[in-house]
Amino acid sequence: MRLASRSVLTLGSCSRCTAGVYSIEWNGIRLWSAACGPATSSVPEKLHVCIVGSGPAGFYTVDRLLKRYGDRVHVSILDRLPTPFGLVRSGVAPDHQDTKNVTNQFSSLATDPRVSFLGNVLVGRDVDISELRALHHAVVLAYGAESDRRLGIPGEDDPTTSTSALRWSRGGGGVFSAREFVWWYNGHPDARHLPIDLSKVRSVAICGIGNVALDCARVLLSPPDRFTPTDLAAHALRQSGSPLGSAVREVHLVARRGPVQAACTPKELKELLTECGVSARTAAPDQLTVSEADAAEMKATRLKRRVYELVSKAQQQQQGRSRRDLFFQFYRNPVEVLRGPDGGVAGIRVERTVVRPDGPGGTAVAVGSGVYDTIECQLVLKSIGYKSLPLHGVAFDNRRGVIPNLEGRVLKQVRACVSTCDEGLYVVGWLKRGPTGIIGTNLVDAEETVACVAADTDALLRAGEKTHGSAGPPGLAGLTALLRQRGVRVVDWRRWRLLDEHEVAAGRAAGRVREKETEVKEMLRVCGFSME
Amino acid sequence: MFRVQITYVDKEGKEHTVAAPLGKNLLEVAHDNEIDLEGACEGSLACSTCHLIFEDEDFYKKVPEATEDELDMLDLAFGLTDTSRLGCQVIVTKSLDGARVRIPAASRNFYVDGHKPKPH
Repeated sequence: MRLASRSVLTLGSCSRCTAGVYSIEWNGIRLWSAACGPATSSVPEKLHVCIVGSGPAGFYTVDRLLKRYGDRVHVSILDRLPTPFGLVRSGVAPDHQDTKNVTNQFSSLATDPRVSFLGNVLVGRDVDISELRALHHAVVLAYGAESDRRLGIPGEDDPTTSTSALRWSRGGGGVFSAREFVWWYNGHPDARHLPIDLSKVRSVAICGIGNVALDCARVLLSPPDRFTPTDLAAHALRQSGSPLGSAVREVHLVARRGPVQAACTPKELKELLTECGVSARTAAPDQLTVSEADAAEMKATRLKRRVYELVSKAQQQQQGRSRRDLFFQFYRNPVEVLRGPDGGVAGIRVERTVVRPDGPGGTAVAVGSGVYDTIECQLVLKSIGYKSLPLHGVAFDNRRGVIPNLEGRVLKQVRACVSTCDEGLYVVGWLKRGPTGIIGTNLVDAEETVACVAADTDALLRAGEKTHGSAGPPGLAGLTALLRQRGVRVVDWRRWRLLDEHEVAAGRAAGRVREKETEVKEMLRVCGFSME
Repeated sequence: MFRVQITYVDKEGKEHTVAAPLGKNLLEVAHDNEIDLEGACEGSLACSTCHLIFEDEDFYKKVPEATEDELDMLDLAFGLTDTSRLGCQVIVTKSLDGARVRIPAASRNFYVDGHKPKPH
C-alpha cells in the first residue's frame, strides 16, 4: 500500500518475535510501531542484483549501483553472446573507433570485485526469468531492441518463403533491416550467414535517413582503404573492401519527409559527404524545398540548420558523376518493393509527398500526392527503427515496443499504475524508453532506474529475507551453481579477455584494429572451452 | 606548475572546489579529483557526456569559441544551455580562475518535458 510517492506502509509480523509490527518509511526515515525494532546485525546486508544485457544501458546501471551502494551490492551482468558491450561492439560503425572508447570504462567496472560478467547465457534457454528473480533481490532488464519496425508494404517479404528465417534472396540482394545489415558488417554471429553478395548489387535503396542509415551508406560507398584498418568483419571486408567484391555504384537515401525532418546529425552527414569520395545530390531539384515552418525551425535549431546546409552545399558542389553516387530522395514514401520474375528485388515504388504540420502538436507529417516514381535497386535496407522483443513471463507493450514501466519499475500490465508494479523487476535503456538516443543517453536513464532500486532497497531486502531467511537470496553463487548443473558454458570476464586478446592479436597481424570472430562455436573454443 | 581555482557543482548539487593545473582540460581535472563527470569517448569529440554548464556568462566568454566539431556534439547534449561546453574541450587558463561549472542533472520529468527524440 502506498500513501504517497515516497512513503510506504508495510504490515506484517516481525520475523523474530511474530509480534504484529508495522512501519512507515518517509523519505528514507523508518518509524516503527512496536517495541521490537529493526534487525541489529553488525554485517551490512548486501543487495544481489542481476542485469540482463551488457550494452551501455546494462553497464551504466552497474556504474550507478556501485556508486549508490558501495560495498553493499553485488552485480551479475549477463549477455546471451560470449562477447559483452551490446551495440558498442555490434552497432557502432567500424570507422567510429573513438565512440568505442567507452568500453574501457565498462571493462574497469567488469573487473571490480563487486561485479561478475556471465556471457553466453540466454535467459529463456539457459535460465528462466523467474529463476533469476528468485536468486536475486532485484533483476534489471537491459537487453535492448533486437527486432525491427516494418514498412508494411507489398513485396517487403521474400515471396518464396513463409518465414524470414528461411529467407534466401536471389542475386545477392534482397530486403533486410538496417539492424541486420549492420550486424552483418560488424560480425554479429546472428547475421554471419545473411545471403548478401554486394558483387551482384549495383543500386541500394535505404529507407530512412537517421545516423544508422548513414552508417550503412558509408560502408556501401566508401573506398576500400577506409575500412581495411578497422574491425569491420572479414566477410564484409571481402566484399566492400575489394574493387571486385562490390558492384555498388549508387545508394539512395529514401526519406518520407524533407531535410529539416531528417533524423541524422551533422557530424555523421558531413563525414559521409566529405570523406567517402562520393558525389552527392538530390535525385530531383525540388527535393531540397523547405516550408516556412521548416525555415523557422532551422532558425531556432543549429542542428537542423547544419544538416540543411550540408545537403545544399553537396548539391552545389556537383562536378558530374563520380565512381559512386549518393542520392537524397527526400519527400518519397516507399509503397511497394518491386520483385522480378525470380522473386529477387528489382526496385522500390515511392509516392511523392508533401509535408504538412498536421501531426500531434503540429509536427510535420508526410501526405501522399498521388504521383509515383520507381527507384531501381537490388538491395533494400529498412532503417526505420528498432523494436524490442518481449520476454516470456514479463508484460510487454506491443504498441510502443517496450516493457511497460514507471521510471524503470516494471509494471504487471501495460496501463501505467503505481499499484501494479512487478516488484523486484526493473528495466533500463532502449527496452525501457524505446530505441532512441545515443550511448550517453543511457547514463541519465540508468540513474533514474537505480534511483528506484535504491528507494525500494528496504522492501527488496525484506522480501529476500522472507523467501530465503536471514541470509537472503544466494545471488551469483546460486546462479553459477544452477548454470553449472545445466552444463552451460559461461564466459566469465577472464574467458572474454582470452577472446578479446585473440581478436586484437589476429587484427594486429593483418594491420587491423581487431579481427573479430563471428561464430559462437569458434568464440567458445578461443575462450578455452573444448568444442566437439 | 601554476594552478587556478575551479568549482564543480555535481549532479546532487554538491560543490567541489579544486586546484586545476594550467593546460589540462576540465574533464581531466574532474577525473583527477574524483568528480563524477562522465567521459565516454575519453575526449575524442565522439560523445557529449562531459557536458558542463558555466554558471557565469563572463567566464563562459573567456573560453575560446567552440569549433564546429564540438558544437555538432554539444547539440546532442542533454540539458543544453547558452553557456554549455564540452569539458574535454575547455583548457584551463589563468582567466578561468574562480569559474564555477555545473554538471547537468536529469530533471524529474526527463522523458516528458520538452522531450525530443534524439538521433542515434
